[in-house]
Amino acid sequence: MSANIVYAILVTSLATFLSRFLGALTSEGIKETSKLFKWFNCLAYATLAALIARTIIFPAGILVEVSYSSRFIVVALSLAVFFASNKNFVYPTIFSAICMAILNNYI
Amino acid sequence: MIKKNFFFKGYRSIFTHDSPAIALTCCFIAIGALFKNLGFNIQESIFSTVLTYALPGSLVMAESMLIGASLLNIFLAVWFVNARLYPMAVSLFPLMMHKSQPKWKYYFSCHFIAVSAWLIMKSNYKKIPKEHRIDYWIGIGSATVSVSVIGTFIGFSFSEYLNKDMMMGLAILNPVYFLCMMVGASRTIPVSLSVFLGTILGPLIYLFSPEWSILLAGVIGGTIAYLIGEHSVS
Repeated sequence: MSANIVYAILVTSLATFLSRFLGALTSEGIKETSKLFKWFNCLAYATLAALIARTIIFPAGILVEVSYSSRFIVVALSLAVFFASNKNFVYPTIFSAICMAILNNYI
Repeated sequence: MIKKNFFFKGYRSIFTHDSPAIALTCCFIAIGALFKNLGFNIQESIFSTVLTYALPGSLVMAESMLIGASLLNIFLAVWFVNARLYPMAVSLFPLMMHKSQPKWKYYFSCHFIAVSAWLIMKSNYKKIPKEHRIDYWIGIGSATVSVSVIGTFIGFSFSEYLNKDMMMGLAILNPVYFLCMMVGASRTIPVSLSVFLGTILGPLIYLFSPEWSILLAGVIGGTIAYLIGEHSVS
């Protein structure tokens, strides 16, 4: 293994584990019925939603090459499939990949 | 020790009809292909998936390495992106804490905190007795890590067969899957509002502060949602 890559992996995993571990550590004094727990629950959902929205609207990597309209159409249609399939997670997910490949070729 | 029946119950949770296994595998196929293009070998790619086990963090590491960033820069960039794992841990572990369980289980299993495992646990924890929730969680985490490793291996091995269209398809799959999971989890006023406000504020704040956008959107959106939720209850 190349030393630089191994160091980069170790540093990445340390930075990731830090947030997880601190979260587990501070959870010890928090009751699931407390206001603090409810607040953190809202923070977690809002943070995740922000991350997902940012990934779609301001993506990194190969999605940058896809137009805004294509991304928007794929997400909107996938959500429609999600509701049409009685909130199944697999159908809209597979549909999104196929739809993206088609739109990118023909629009 | 770990109760086998609850562990395997958790492990099997990714084989349900609406399992995250397909989406997770596809996401890590893309990561495996990316690692190969970056010059990683197969051991390094799998080592990275197992040790990091967080897609945005792996992507940031890959981007940072491409521009030749220092180790300190990589650490700070990944820490910023993955700081969301802190509120995720605090909003999950109190649901699993039980005095009969040893602490090492909690410290060890916090490594499994990632969006898919977190959302599966949040949807199912009420069906499991509190005493055994940690074993169930370790089962879910082991299953999602296994799937991620398989995806990384496939992506690394078949990277030359993945054309641009396929990579784009794999890239959109992950946010769409998580978006559906979040919409599906929005059953109460505070959670629905948190998801809605986070979705609006995340990209909006990004225009002014790209580095802080996710954290600020989470804190502002989550706090507003919490206060409105408390007000509606009272």
